[in-house]
Amino acid sequence: MLSLSAISKRFSPTRKEGGTEALRDLSFGVADGEFVSLLGPSGCGKSTALRLIAGLMPPDAGTIAWPNGKPPIGFVFQDATLMPWTDAQSNVRLPLDLQHVPRAEGNARAATALARVGLCGFERAYPRELSGGMKMRVSIARALVTRPRLLLLDEPFAALDEPARAALNDDLLRLWQDAPDQKSLTVIFVTHSVGESAYLSSRVLVMTPRPGRIAADIALPPGPRRRLSPEFLEIERRIAAALPAAAA
Amino acid sequence: MTRLRDILLPLIVLAALLGFWEWKVAHDAIPPYVLPAPSAIARALAENFSSLMASLATTLTVTLLAFLAATASALALAILFSESRTVERTFHPYAVVLQVTPIVAIAPLILLWIGYDRVTLAETLIAALVAFFPVLSNSTLGLRSADFNLVDLMRLYGASRLQILWRVRLPTALPFLLSGMKTAGGLSLIGTVVAEFVAGSGAATGLAWRIVEAGNRLEIATMFAALALLAVTGVGIYAALSLLEYWLLRRWHESAIAR
Repeated sequence: MLSLSAISKRFSPTRKEGGTEALRDLSFGVADGEFVSLLGPSGCGKSTALRLIAGLMPPDAGTIAWPNGKPPIGFVFQDATLMPWTDAQSNVRLPLDLQHVPRAEGNARAATALARVGLCGFERAYPRELSGGMKMRVSIARALVTRPRLLLLDEPFAALDEPARAALNDDLLRLWQDAPDQKSLTVIFVTHSVGESAYLSSRVLVMTPRPGRIAADIALPPGPRRRLSPEFLEIERRIAAALPAAAA
Repeated sequence: MTRLRDILLPLIVLAALLGFWEWKVAHDAIPPYVLPAPSAIARALAENFSSLMASLATTLTVTLLAFLAATASALALAILFSESRTVERTFHPYAVVLQVTPIVAIAPLILLWIGYDRVTLAETLIAALVAFFPVLSNSTLGLRSADFNLVDLMRLYGASRLQILWRVRLPTALPFLLSGMKTAGGLSLIGTVVAEFVAGSGAATGLAWRIVEAGNRLEIATMFAALALLAVTGVGIYAALSLLEYWLLRRWHESAIAR
């Protein structure tokens, strides 16, 4: 799908202290159909890496290669990032509107996307009328509506309470597994939660504190996983052991 | 119940105040050229009704023209400011100079330049200058307050600057713009009154000039009648803009949501 090689990124490099070095020599590849978690402490540059992949900013050094061309991308932020002045359907339709998809087709696709995240019947609801978890579902529906082949999620569930987070984890996993064929949806998931990465991923990339690099690359056995089962706890233990000491 | 109370209580206070005023004037035998009784003011309003209404129309026309001109030009400039830091750095100092200079002081100059034969235009310009700044500063702030992530998302989907402006920045700025417009509505009326005072006897026949004129003739009751009409106009403008604000924001903005 893509490969990053020797990516470096520094913020405000013109300042006297040289600014903040977010990433140094970050290299990793992601294969089609993987569910990769980028796991690391706050401020380790994992969100920066995601933004670089999305093309929202350029790296200072290094390259991001797309062997089969850059696919359509869906992006989900930590906050739902919805437009408060319009309803769920218009929010989900936004990417299609920007691509000049006819209104009727856009509405139909938005309704389908909302149904996929369990929000059937909420087309007319405004963001302020929805709970935090539901807003995040709208945000995911908006990311799915363009039928992306690569889904980038930046700590999407960090602000949610535990039950909402668990429900959304299950739904996200289902969305990824139900993709038309095994390799059609690739997910890169940024998180600072060991449990979340253990539950969702096919592979976990553990990052060092700033400047971020890959500390460990852990391939996980295929799911499904049951929370609190011995196998699951063993996976969690393996990931936690790989976290750099500074993050503990 | 709450609505009734909100309307009724101020009305009771008003009635009590007018009653006390009426009684005080009669009881102390205050001469009408010092303080006319409310009943005398009402009589003056009735007697001069058609000419006062004509004056009100003149004042209202200038006020509304100035308000629309100020809002449109300030919003346009705010969009330029928000799209280009260079433009903002270049022109913002001049906007501030315009703001801190008392317009009353340059009003005679504007009248002189535009000419007494085009007094409506001159008055409109003066009032618009008074009303301009709050719309400019509020809209600029609003346009800059757009959610960064939402703007990034728009870019990710290939949105143009115009699309980002139209779909994200302008809706974000709307509550700010409306708040600026509420201030500008009142300021337009103040600016018009100032302009009419300065324009003097020429072609001006607005309410403010009627106040000056009535004062010169010691028709204090007529003066109060014109003043009352100005106050009602001001309240009307504010109420109309508040209604517009409520109507535009009621579905989504915290400020307009009833609890």
